[in-house]
Amino acid sequence: MTAPEIVEKHTMAVLVDNEPGVLARVIGLFSGRGYNIESLTVAETDPKNKLSRITIVTSGTPMVIEQIKAQLNRIVPVHGVHDLGEEGPFLERELALVKVTGGAESRAETLRVADIFHARVVDTTPESYVFEMTGSTDKLDAFINLMAPLGVVDISRTGVVAISRGSGKF
Amino acid sequence: MAAQPEVRELSGAEMVIRALIDQGVEVVFGYPGGAVLPIYDALFKQNRLRHILVRHEQGAVHAAEGYARSSGKVGVVMVTSGPGATNTVTGLTDALMDSVPVVCLTGQVPTHLIGNDAFQEADTTGITRPCTKHNYLVKDVNDLARVLHEAFTVARTGRPGPVVVDLPKDVLFANGLYLPPESAPARKSYRPQAKPEASRIAAAAQLIMAAKKPLFYGGGGLINSGPRACTLFTELVRLTGFPVTLTLMGLGVFPASDKQYLGLVGMHGTFESNNAMHDCDLMINIGARFDDRVTGKVAAFAPHARKIHVDIDPSSINKNVRVDLAVVGDCAEVLAALLVELKAQKYKADPARIAPWWQQIETWRKRDCLRYAKSDTIIKPQYAIERLYALTRGRDVFITTEVGQHQMWAAQFFKFDQPFHWMTSGGLGTMGYGLPAAMGVQLAHPDALVIDIAGEASILMNIQEMSTICQYRLPVKAFILNNQYMGMVRQWQELLHGGRYSESYTAALPDFVKLAEAFGAVGMRVEKPADVDRVIKEMIAVDRPVIVDVAVDPAENCFPMIPSGAAHNEMLLGPEDKQASGPISEEGMVLV
Repeated sequence: MTAPEIVEKHTMAVLVDNEPGVLARVIGLFSGRGYNIESLTVAETDPKNKLSRITIVTSGTPMVIEQIKAQLNRIVPVHGVHDLGEEGPFLERELALVKVTGGAESRAETLRVADIFHARVVDTTPESYVFEMTGSTDKLDAFINLMAPLGVVDISRTGVVAISRGSGKF
Repeated sequence: MAAQPEVRELSGAEMVIRALIDQGVEVVFGYPGGAVLPIYDALFKQNRLRHILVRHEQGAVHAAEGYARSSGKVGVVMVTSGPGATNTVTGLTDALMDSVPVVCLTGQVPTHLIGNDAFQEADTTGITRPCTKHNYLVKDVNDLARVLHEAFTVARTGRPGPVVVDLPKDVLFANGLYLPPESAPARKSYRPQAKPEASRIAAAAQLIMAAKKPLFYGGGGLINSGPRACTLFTELVRLTGFPVTLTLMGLGVFPASDKQYLGLVGMHGTFESNNAMHDCDLMINIGARFDDRVTGKVAAFAPHARKIHVDIDPSSINKNVRVDLAVVGDCAEVLAALLVELKAQKYKADPARIAPWWQQIETWRKRDCLRYAKSDTIIKPQYAIERLYALTRGRDVFITTEVGQHQMWAAQFFKFDQPFHWMTSGGLGTMGYGLPAAMGVQLAHPDALVIDIAGEASILMNIQEMSTICQYRLPVKAFILNNQYMGMVRQWQELLHGGRYSESYTAALPDFVKLAEAFGAVGMRVEKPADVDRVIKEMIAVDRPVIVDVAVDPAENCFPMIPSGAAHNEMLLGPEDKQASGPISEEGMVLV
């Protein structure tokens, strides 16, 4: 018997025509074929050519990852699929807005933690702070975990955006 | 005065007609309704396009599939919004699964009403997104011509498939400039890879030259690629002297009467095909997709074989079965390159090298796996098809089927020596496919003998198309193997569910002879084996639509059979095998 295959995490950049329905095609592919989406972000990145870039973090066995790439490439408005990890080193960033409403006794501690993580205060009232923080998914998780006991009431995260290091495209 | 038709603005509806004509369309299968009235009005004012008025939109899509698959052209469907569009979903899914080029035009409520739950509104692009190769909602008449031409390109190129174009009524009334196909811009993101990589062709040639137990495994991709691919495939198979097996979708791409042909492969494939697939050391898959009906238990599938997989769709590669050499490209291009490479390598067939392999295959062949218990009193379904085949030989015969036992018997007992003559619903397994598909085939081949080998349960799913068939005087023959059961359901209930025939018996079947007559067709019934030949000859002789009701043995099962979850070398050859094989594994029970 063959050993069970290992599940790997992959970050992909998918370049698509920015047209109605394109995101539904991508998401429908993942739900219809039972693939995982851990994170998905999309925005137009080339207005001149009306191209959007979708960054997808997904996981699966090597066979599933290969399928995901092939299936994505088959979608008519998809120009290309780039598995960033396979093509070289790359950067991943995520942005979070974190609202904390601790009592007066924890306000100083809240600010101290934020400072350690280089989180910026973007809104403040006598009862609350909103922090903006950018970093890897792990770093955001660590920040949110530390803030939790200090009174986190709401979190909004963008999901991962990624780009390759160096001068190469994607 | 100089005519200036190119500059004149056309209405959206006129553009649709113009685009269809410019795309070489001759026949449209459709059904009118509120949202497509402008197109039907434009249709009324011309005489180049022939419209076939179906009785149900599902029938329109299957007819277009039959038309496309037997002619190599794109099948075209036109339906209204809402229920018109939703009724096409089964047909579209069928065309997607079997890679049939179809363009389906759907009406839509006017753009300003989209999203308002208007009368006969449905989210057609949303509903059909997962069951089409691509779809479009046209909101601006100036995009219309480009989209229509692109729809045809997408449907017919690469791995073919169905494409939906959703047309809001206001866009059909609006005026805009028409673009002919040659000036429509190509879509940059759509680039199917037809030409294979040279290094992979060289590697494939090396594997072919070294094989001792090789097997060609050909599929529907050869049909989709076209007549050239089928000819080159036959040339390559004959050049090598290797055995060849075909999938359900590939029947006819290699002549069934040839000694090198081992028969159908898969769940109801022949003993020799499936054992050859299990034991081969080189499997050359050309245009097939390792469907679960072919592989059986994947973990035990061809364990000793190096596998070459030729497919135009990269997502077919390594989807179900991991292969050693993937060649992405159009079958015809790959086969042409492979033949050139073998010639350059001075390849000559080496019969001695594969002689022991052929000896082994001959021992499997001697099992005569398709034999069945003959009867003088009751018509065996296999016998009916054998006689149908024998009595139609030498004619230009096209066969369509519905889905179930009769379909498998047709695949086993009707021998196809040419491609494009066999139309069946392979991937989706759509009961009700065969009759409308036969209608489409007959329109593409008016002088041919077109027979729907049917089951009595399946044919009732689209029996309304008899009305269409009679309206257009299409001499389609429906040859019903009537066992009063959903035979394949009954067979699985017998083998897997302790003979509890839950809801698989049809207690109130119509009188098919009277039914035929009610539609204006000819009805015939045969109950005794001795009368089968006479009735088949009568059926052929009638130049009108015919329904033949053949009363067959209700208890007959379809063998050979690979039980679900089993490997190719664990086939059941007949009723006597049932005990020996033991109960079906739990793993197998859950499989379809």
